[in-house]
Amino acid sequence: MDRNRFTLSRLLWRGLLLAPLLFLLVFFIYPLLTILGVSLAPQGQLDLTGFTHLVTTDYYLNTLAFTVVQAVLSTALTLALAIPSAYVFTRYTFPCKSLFLSLATLPFVLPTVVVAAAFSSLIGPRGLLNTFLVNAFGFTTPPIQLDRTLAIILIVHVFYNYAVALRIITGFWANQNPRIEQAARVLGANGWRLWWHIRLPILRPAITAAGILVFIFTFTSFGVVLLLGGPRFATLEVEIYRQAVNLFNLPVAAALSFVQILLMFALMIVYTRLQRRLSTEITSAANVAVRPSTRRDKLMVFTNILLMSVLLFTPLLSLIAASISSDQGITFQYYQQLTRNTRGSILFVPPIQAVGNSLIFALITTLLAVALGLMAAYLLSGRVSRWSNLLDPLFMLPLATSAVTLGFGFIITLDKPPLNLRSSALLIPIAHTLVAMPFVVRSILPALRAIPPSYQEAARVLGASNWCVWRLIDIPLISRALIVGATFAFTTSMGEFGASLFVARPDTPTIPIVIFRLLGQPGALNYGQALAMSSILMLVSAVGFILIERLRTAGVGEF
Amino acid sequence: MLEIRGVQRAFDGVPVLKGINLSINDGEIVCLLGPSGCGKTTLLRIIAGLETADNGSILLDTQNIQPVPTHQRGFGLMFQDFALFPHMNVAGNVAFGIQMQNLPVSDQQSRIRQMLDLVGLSGFDKRDVTHLSGGERQRVALARSLAPNPRLLMLDEPLGSLDASLREELIVELRTIIKQLHLTAIYVTHDQHEAFAIADRIAVMNAGHIEQFATPTDLYQHPKTAFVAHFLGLDNILPVLSQQNGIANTPISSFPVSEPAKKLLLHTDFVKVVPANTPDAIPAAVVQSVFQGDSYRLTLRHISGTTLTVKYPSAGVLAPRIGDTVAIQIAPNAIIPLAD
Repeated sequence: MDRNRFTLSRLLWRGLLLAPLLFLLVFFIYPLLTILGVSLAPQGQLDLTGFTHLVTTDYYLNTLAFTVVQAVLSTALTLALAIPSAYVFTRYTFPCKSLFLSLATLPFVLPTVVVAAAFSSLIGPRGLLNTFLVNAFGFTTPPIQLDRTLAIILIVHVFYNYAVALRIITGFWANQNPRIEQAARVLGANGWRLWWHIRLPILRPAITAAGILVFIFTFTSFGVVLLLGGPRFATLEVEIYRQAVNLFNLPVAAALSFVQILLMFALMIVYTRLQRRLSTEITSAANVAVRPSTRRDKLMVFTNILLMSVLLFTPLLSLIAASISSDQGITFQYYQQLTRNTRGSILFVPPIQAVGNSLIFALITTLLAVALGLMAAYLLSGRVSRWSNLLDPLFMLPLATSAVTLGFGFIITLDKPPLNLRSSALLIPIAHTLVAMPFVVRSILPALRAIPPSYQEAARVLGASNWCVWRLIDIPLISRALIVGATFAFTTSMGEFGASLFVARPDTPTIPIVIFRLLGQPGALNYGQALAMSSILMLVSAVGFILIERLRTAGVGEF
Repeated sequence: MLEIRGVQRAFDGVPVLKGINLSINDGEIVCLLGPSGCGKTTLLRIIAGLETADNGSILLDTQNIQPVPTHQRGFGLMFQDFALFPHMNVAGNVAFGIQMQNLPVSDQQSRIRQMLDLVGLSGFDKRDVTHLSGGERQRVALARSLAPNPRLLMLDEPLGSLDASLREELIVELRTIIKQLHLTAIYVTHDQHEAFAIADRIAVMNAGHIEQFATPTDLYQHPKTAFVAHFLGLDNILPVLSQQNGIANTPISSFPVSEPAKKLLLHTDFVKVVPANTPDAIPAAVVQSVFQGDSYRLTLRHISGTTLTVKYPSAGVLAPRIGDTVAIQIAPNAIIPLAD
């Protein structure tokens, strides 16, 4: 009798765990397969013109080449900055160190539109620096001409990914046994030999993982290139968007998406493999940081912090400064204008209404992503099934599949029965959930895997049923990770741009969409409003980010 | 009280338990002793319901408990890593099992206090378990498994992670507490000293079966197999070359035996080292001498090539050195026939 009930509850339990798979199947795999279908057979029959067109047209090949080159350059630059910084952060303690490490991660949660606006406000043609230079030295044209160049794309990519790389490498390094390096020193290694023979080889898994992750992020870069690169530059992402939305060339957009998906999935498999290795290799003897003692040490720490501050914080401060400055001095008119619907034809609604839309979408996204992410994490934790090796990359796939591909997939599949959601506002939170779920899974899964089975067994022996074990042991132990995941989901949804651009209806725009539209308009008022809106979104992201940081402990949500 | 009959278990086709039969009396402390991988922990987990047996039955007071899920068995289990819940304080850990029984809160409180007093942790209620010392964690784990008043207490190498001096102290205390509560207990370990100190009876396990099940003294003085003898550190095992009329011939000498044997154990405790010229003693050369404080551990080589390990009191007159020739006298009770 008991045994039957046991298996029944187990069956229910397993059924529940299939929910995230079902969700992926309907809202991810199905659109993806449709893209595949459209790219291979636009008219219902096999027709490879789309692909032959791609590989025979220089334009597309150049786009692919540019996507790869900018990603490689961005990754190399990011690592070149992050590795020495990781050394400083692992080796030395200094005032406000953890604050710096936290703040350095802030860019990662900032929406691309905010970052684009921030850099534009600093070094753009209408930016503070150029305005200052023009006023002070009487230049006739803005002296800093970085807008629409490869340089600004790379700078912003480094801005974004520097902390990602820094955290992965520092986290790994701090857990390495310091005696290995001490042994090498005793054996006579020093300077570059120490780096070449000891440090870099030891850090290789972390550097590779960080490199692949940064490559993935920059390869799929959309908002940055679209907003700052101008018409001259296009990554695959931007090209998909242009083909689908501006030119309505669905077969080419689908073919490009297909190429994108294949490349990303391959990279994702490599990354998840590596990532698992990172989380298991933890030694008890950890690196201990010391105060910088010599003049050289101090200089190194100081230079590092200075560079970090210039790279990471000046654009953000400049964004706020620019949003409250005008020719007449400090002003809050841009913020006040947000509540008015002066240019109804562009936005349909007062910009401030987008804040309400975004909040509602973000809440729904958080609920969906946490519920589904939790189930997915259980499915992957290996306690329930043995397919976790296979499913792990599958659940990460939405992360590798760009938001643009997701959005594109949505508009070509979910606009007709049986799933006619085109007119439904739910489409946005569903798209956001797909984007956010990998983050949620990534923050919950390590916490779940870290629970020793003996805790659950001890609880069972002490009389706890499965349900009690879940409620009293599992959930409290992963509660921090759950909150981190939820906050991630919330901030991701608030800032999501690529997919929203496809699926948002004109009358329910989100904050990033409004910023995008405002940035695309001429005039100081529109620009000022874009900066004001970006500042608001930055603050929302920053609050969410602070919450994550306060809850983040070692082992929670390092992805 | 607990009857284990023909329990078998294989993992991925590799047999881990090959038909275990074991009967445990009420109020008895039984120790499962064996090297790692012998199946002792698997057997314990099957009794706890954390694993299932492929075959055989487990009877608790004549009732088969195999269909009963773990949480309804009412057993206590102490894990090697203690598995203290890190998100609860000491009192919370101890209370967990009692809370599962839905007792009134006042009863719970007094029970928690009672348990903490019992293990010597009065006043530790609000302490964070992650900040306790190894010995304190062990006590909390014990209090937690005792609190729900288990029908059977199981301990899986509960002292394995502690250092030696602490182990010696705690093992005695553990036995006192278990006896004081009249509990039936199963204790798993690979350390014979722990087993000797705590058990009423010891089941020595090897490669998925029980080699011998006996009281500690019986086990030590009369090991039945070469494996048991080796495991207890009794290494002077001689092959029996031939045997007739109650006399077994070995490479060093012939000994009277009461039963047929494949091997003979010369029990170190009853082998005496004497000067080389002693009559009727067997001469041997000293090849190694290790000073151990109260005694020397001597490795001797007989002319046949057989080596024997013996003890010689350090207060003795001989002070044997490597290369010396001594002789050994073997008392009749030193000769123990082994089945294999």
